[in-house]
Formats: sequence, structure tokens, C-alpha cells
Amino acid sequence: MLELLQNLILGFSVALTPQNLVYCFAGVFLGTLIGVLPGIGPLATMAMLLPLTFVLPPISALIMLAGIYYGSDYGGSTTAILVNLPGEGSSVVTLLDGHPMAQQGRAGPALAIAAMGSFFAGCLGTLLIAVIGPPLAGIALSFGSPEYFSLMLMALVCASVVGSGSLLKSLAMVVAGLLIGIVGIDVNSGMPRFTFGVVELTDGVGIAVMAMGVFGLTEIVKNLAGPQMTQTILRGKITGLMPRWQDLKICFGPILRGSSIGFVFGPLPGLGGTMSAFTSYMVEKKLAADPSRFGKGAIEGVAGPESANNACAQTTFVPMLTLGIPGSASMALMLGAMMIHGIVPGPQVMTSRPDLFWGLIASMWIGNFMLLLLNLPLIGIWVKLLQVPYRVLFPVIMTMMGIGIYSLNNSGTDVLLMAFLGFAGYVLVKLDCSFPPLILAMVLGPLMEENLRRSLLLSDGDATVFFTRPLSASFMAATAALLLLFTLPAFRRKRVEVLAEDEQGRL
Amino acid sequence: MERAAPPGEYTRRRGRNAMQMRIRNLQDFWSGIFFIALGVLALYLSRDYPMGSASQPGPGYFPVWLGGIMTGFGVIIGALSFKLQGGNDQALALREWGFRPWLVLPSTLAVYAVLMDAEFGFVPSLIVLIVGCALAHKDVHWRETILLSIFLTAGAVAIFVYGLELPYRLFWWGP
Repeated sequence: MLELLQNLILGFSVALTPQNLVYCFAGVFLGTLIGVLPGIGPLATMAMLLPLTFVLPPISALIMLAGIYYGSDYGGSTTAILVNLPGEGSSVVTLLDGHPMAQQGRAGPALAIAAMGSFFAGCLGTLLIAVIGPPLAGIALSFGSPEYFSLMLMALVCASVVGSGSLLKSLAMVVAGLLIGIVGIDVNSGMPRFTFGVVELTDGVGIAVMAMGVFGLTEIVKNLAGPQMTQTILRGKITGLMPRWQDLKICFGPILRGSSIGFVFGPLPGLGGTMSAFTSYMVEKKLAADPSRFGKGAIEGVAGPESANNACAQTTFVPMLTLGIPGSASMALMLGAMMIHGIVPGPQVMTSRPDLFWGLIASMWIGNFMLLLLNLPLIGIWVKLLQVPYRVLFPVIMTMMGIGIYSLNNSGTDVLLMAFLGFAGYVLVKLDCSFPPLILAMVLGPLMEENLRRSLLLSDGDATVFFTRPLSASFMAATAALLLLFTLPAFRRKRVEVLAEDEQGRL
Repeated sequence: MERAAPPGEYTRRRGRNAMQMRIRNLQDFWSGIFFIALGVLALYLSRDYPMGSASQPGPGYFPVWLGGIMTGFGVIIGALSFKLQGGNDQALALREWGFRPWLVLPSTLAVYAVLMDAEFGFVPSLIVLIVGCALAHKDVHWRETILLSIFLTAGAVAIFVYGLELPYRLFWWGP
């Protein structure tokens, strides 16, 4: 307990330095700003702003990136409530009751309760990470290569199983991602692989380039190709920000339940905010005295899912920080950023860089607090921003992507690669293949190969090593069970139902 | 198939019926082809990488396995597309393809990349990028585009060249 307190104090002493406060604020603000734009989820936002963080020291960079992550997540909810357009997957749920509330002139309370729920969940989430992080990292320190390999395999299978679209195609996308991860110099032999003789590819395909290509560019092409977006923006002035006391009383339960759901779903690979938000919505609807109010502006339908979503956003950091294994594409990007700054991800981060680990956690709490303060007064700006037609917005986004990617290495090759990935990405969208498993696999690929080779080396080529070591075997068994479970027709149908509204790429 | 066929055509019709191979899921069919192509490409590229052995895996070990698995997935997905219904064939219809943004946006980025690499200047490169983007939209508003390119370029120069001090020259005659 005392240790926990000491750790948190260390964290806050890092996060509260003026410099880090500024970067946290910048991250939250920019994240919300871009996240508000319809059709841009947290992942695309992070990819777009990632180059900005390269010039910062590692801690500030990660603090800012985390701020961008939950800022854009919250921005998506703002859009959903105000415009009836989900910015990203989890806002689909917020929209169900948030927008009707806005139409009844209660946009203020809807946004306020979303912010409060998120903040509450964020506080608990921060504490939870602080409590369960160290023991989990302790366990992870005993992992050998076989355990890591099996765990990563489980994460990848899990991510494809719960993702939208066909399971087989998601698994195939995982393999495709692993193949892309191979591009570059092989660390063991120094041999360039899959580089096609291009010098710039010897460093591998950058995660920022990939994410911006398939999430940024492809998304824009998709939006322009699709039917014209009709924005039913709210014209009236938003008055009465604060929810009534009665609203708060109603929402306390949903916020608590939503947070708990989010905490459970967050650390599991692939189970993104959308799933937890949906679950929370279903639970609230079941528990409500009058379920017919849902969908017509019930405040619980905003409070629960929003808390669940944010709780989930917090705890997805757990496997990334303690095990070095990201559970979602956004966390894969975070991990990529860590590696760019020369930090080797894994359980040792907590002991070797306690300032970084605890600073990041403390900054999440501060960032959530900033969101609460920031969003309420700034709603006016977001509304203005949402009135800008897409015709004007997308060249701005494209320009930022163009400059951002070029500035990564001051090389046009990255831009060309992104253009190609966006081009190919659209074809894959048309073929109904989903990208989050691919991005995850791309980041995990080199780690997986490394651990596979090391395991085989240690076991003298005996592949049963993955099944004879107890921990590794249990990961493998869980993987097999997952695959089996989701190939059963009953579960398949359920999965389709739940994910039908989750569009791909918004994990 | 129900209507009566003239006797002469009978055998031919029968032959076609016997191998009733019809693609039932167009999206899966092409996905299968794509994954097979990717797998074969990986296998082809890995041909020169030393495989090593299971106890001493070389740089070719992982890629070859993955290439094989990729091809396998492609074959299974492709094969199942003849068997299982589903998918959204409409999405692949020609008029559903956004040819304009799909072709214009990546090529604009390519031109921008080349201009930047040639040190043609940050300002002209950005203007080309912005105008190119505007062309990807189905209705082009010229006045709006011109205004946007002026303001956006000015903003980008202020933030990136003067603010973040990125080392790009503004015009081709610059330092």
C-alpha cells in the first residue's frame, strides 16, 4: 500500500512538471480536435499526430500520445451526440441516446454526463492499473520465449476472433501483417528481407506509415466514394450544460457498472471500447425500470457506455505496459512509439524506467481531468468545427498527413508507401477485410519471430516446447478454445449481431 | 435451367450442370486470390534466405512458414467462396467503386512526394497537394480551393517551417 503511494507520488511528480503538463494538454486538446472530425477514430488521429511527438523526450512523447488517444476517443462521443455521426466505433452506442437528447435540447447534459462518466472511469482505471500493474509485470518477468510466443499468438487470434468480418479473413490478415512485419533487416543475421532493394525499407514498414495509409487515406477515399454525408447538425444554441441533480442520481449506477465492464474488457486483446460500450448499454437497458425510454434520450444510455468505453481505454494500457504486448491497434501504435524512442517494451519497463511507467499512469488521470475541464467550455468550438463541410476538411487532413509522414525521415519514399497502402487498403475494404488484426500482427511480427527462434534454439528444434511448459500450454489451450468457440454456429451468429454496427478500423 | 433445351444442346448443358461451379461470395473469392498472391510472393522472395533447421532457425525460417500458411489461407478462403453464400457482392460493382478519389488521392500524394524530394519547395508542393485533393471530390469549388490552399499553406509554413523548424526550403529558388 505504501509502495503504491510512493509510486503514485513518483508518477505525479513526473506528470506535474510544467513541460509534461503542457504536452498532456496539447495531446488531449489536439486529440479531441481531430477526434471530433467525423470518420476519424483514435487510431487515425494518433497516426496523424505521431510525428509531432518524435521531437519530444520519451516521457513527454508518451504522455502526449496517450492524451491524443483518450482525447480523440472523447471527441468521437462529442460528434456522435451533436451530429448523429459516429466518429469511431464505440460512439455508435453513445449516439443511440445521446443524439435524441441533443434533439430535445439537452445536448449540454449529455456531453457533461459523458465527460463525468469518463472522468470517473478514468480515475478508477488509473488506480486499477497502479494496483494490478506491478504484480502482473512480476509474473511476466518469469516468462520465457515460449510463453511470450504463445501469449502473442493468443493475442492475435483473440483480436481476429472478436473483430468484425469473417474469422478466416481476419486470421489471414494476421498472417499478412506478420509478413509485412518481416520487411527490413533481420536482427539475427543482418540480412535484408522483403526490401525489394529499397534502402528506406531496411528499417521496416513504419507503423505510422501503415496506420496512416490504411486508416487515414483509405478512410478518406471511402468517405469520398460513399454517399454524400448529410450532417444533421444542431443549429440551436446549447444551453444548460450541467445535468440536473436527478440526472446525476440516475447515472451513478450506470457509471459504476459501465466502468466495471470496461475494466474487465480492456486488458483482453481485441475487445475494444465498442464491445464494452455495447455490453454496458445492454445491461442498462435490461436493468431499467422502463426500457422503452432507451433510444429516445435516456441519460443512462449515455452515461453507462461512455464510462465503459473510457474505462476500457484506460485498461487497454495494462498488457501493453506490463507485458509489452499490445491488445489493440491503438496500443500497437503506442508500442511502436515507445520503440522509436528506444524503449524496449516489456515487464522490465516498470523497474528500469519507473518514472516513465508511473508518469504515464499519473498523466492519464490528469489528462482525464483536463478533458472534463476542456470539453464543456469548448463545445462551442467543436460545434463550429462540425459545421465545416467535409469537402474542406479532408484536404486539411490530407495536408497534415502529407507533412507528417514526409517529416518522419524527410523522405518521399514514406509518402509513396503510404499512398500505395491507401490505394491497396481501399481494395481490401471492398473485399471486407479488416485492418486492426493486420496492424497488431505487423507490430508483434518481429517479436514473435524472435521468440519463436529463441524457443526453438533452446529446445533444440522441438516444437512441443510450446505445449509442455505449463504457462505456455495454457495460453495455447486458451487460443484453441477461442478458435473452437467462435467457429460454433451459435456464437458466430451472436458475434455478427454484436459487431454488425461496428465498422472496421475504428478499434 | 428449367426450360426445355433443344436436343442438340442437351449434352453441353449437362456438362455445364455437372460442374456447377459458381462463385457464391465474390468478396471472399478475390480475397482468396489476393492472399494466395501474397503468399506466393513471400515464398518467392524467401527463396534465397537460408532456411536453417528447426533447432537452428535461419532468416528464411519464419518467412517461408508464413508464406506457406498465407497461401493455405488463400486457398481455403477462395475454395469456400464457391460453397458458402454471403458477403456483399454489390460492394464490388463498378459503379460502387470510388474511382475518382481512389486514383486521384494516391497519385496526388505521389506527385507531392516527388516534388518534395526534388526540393521543389514546400509551398508549391503543398499547393499541388491541396489542389490535387480538391480534385478528388466530385464537385470542385475553385474559389474555395484557391482560398484553402493559400490559408492552409500559410498555416503549415508558419507551424512547420517557422514553428517546428523543419528544414524545408519554401520555393525552388530558396536557400
